[in-house]
Amino acid sequence: MKHTPLRHRVGVALLALAPLAANAADLTVSAAASLTNAFKELGAAFEAQNPGTTVVFNFAASDALLAQIVKGAPADVFASADQEAMAKADAQKVLAAGSRRNFVSNSLVMIVPSDSMLGLKRLADLQKTEVKRVAIGNPASAPVGRYTKGSLVAAKVWAAVEPKAVMAQSVRQALDYVARGEVEAGFVYSTDAAIMKDKVKVVATIPTEAAITYPIAAVSTGPNPDAARKWLDFVVTSAAQAVLARHGFSKP
Amino acid sequence: MDTSVWITLALTLKVAGCATAINLVLGVAVGWLLARRQFIGREFLDAVLTLPLVLPPTVMGYYLLVVIGKRGWLGHWLQQTFGVNLIFTWQGAVIAATIVAFPLVLKSARTAFESVDPQLEKAARVLGLSEWSVFFRVTIPMAWPGILAGVLLVFARSLGEFGATLMVAGSIPGRTQTLSIAVYEAVQAGQDDTANFLVAITSITCIAVLLAAGRLAPGRPQLR
Repeated sequence: MKHTPLRHRVGVALLALAPLAANAADLTVSAAASLTNAFKELGAAFEAQNPGTTVVFNFAASDALLAQIVKGAPADVFASADQEAMAKADAQKVLAAGSRRNFVSNSLVMIVPSDSMLGLKRLADLQKTEVKRVAIGNPASAPVGRYTKGSLVAAKVWAAVEPKAVMAQSVRQALDYVARGEVEAGFVYSTDAAIMKDKVKVVATIPTEAAITYPIAAVSTGPNPDAARKWLDFVVTSAAQAVLARHGFSKP
Repeated sequence: MDTSVWITLALTLKVAGCATAINLVLGVAVGWLLARRQFIGREFLDAVLTLPLVLPPTVMGYYLLVVIGKRGWLGHWLQQTFGVNLIFTWQGAVIAATIVAFPLVLKSARTAFESVDPQLEKAARVLGLSEWSVFFRVTIPMAWPGILAGVLLVFARSLGEFGATLMVAGSIPGRTQTLSIAVYEAVQAGQDDTANFLVAITSITCIAVLLAAGRLAPGRPQLR
């Protein structure tokens, strides 16, 4: 048997391991976790309108997405759940000039497990001793945590709640903690609470200091700027806004 | 930030230390059982206990959530009977680290016990030693280098446990946030300075553990 030189064989093996370069027709959208369900539906509609383009989603807490983009992740579009994450992106000069716009708004709610018997109704109720743990997004990486902290500070209950806080990586993790009954209460967006209606109960809509608006922008280093622009235009069309509204998002 | 890093480090060492102590006892007991006792389902038991080595940590974390979570069958019972809740506690982190690292000591201990010549144990019995004395004065000393190697691996693995721990114990600074989780949090939040510092601390700690391991296990050349 004739042996192929080892380095050839190694070369072939390495070739097989090489990551497939992002397809020219791929549109990579890094979006806030709370947009998961709505964006997946929009992705299918966008692909139907733009044959040959595949929309690839990367859902996580906004600041985690930002950290990836700043480190060179090949995202084309960045949609965050608050202005602060987008402002950081702007400051790091990773946004395509003039592409930033607000496209939806949301509201913050306090939720409890659906079988909760504690009768929690207001922020002040979180000070009760029966409330052992409260799920909130990590303010350092998840916008929902920043909104929550802001509201709790304004209501003067942050000092009492902070020791009970379980920091979630994203709003969806906070939702999961409440749905599993591992915490007595949690803070998520109204759109998140709506996807687990059978497991969580909304007890209060919490006013926030800054309105909860979601900005979206093209990433300046994105590999597919044309598709990015199309996506930005697409999400503000009435058809896309109708889908977003069905998932509970309001106009900005 | 400075003091919180040391709290995180202390917590990480506490969790890894507890997980290692539990694994030492369990690993020796079960390793000996698998090496020296014939029973139906022996290899099946070995396979099940080795599972955490090959299963993704997220799968282990999910299993644990389902079992010891407030609504899990064991977690519910613990809550009702003793008022004990393991999720989001450092004890929960210990359980996660213990289970994930267990196969490492089990494999080492089983192999170590199997390599002890049964003739020597027989001789000890003939000389009048009780079963306990045979175990502690003949079997354990001869199997010790192998067991110790496994225990050190367990400690190292527990120090770095991430996936299952994050799912079970969450990330509560000062209470359940271990070094590996703190690094993850810092990177997620784009806090590179904190991440750099934590990574340096973690690396130094691991090097110290490895050096200590080299000192603690002088027996390697004279194993045979």
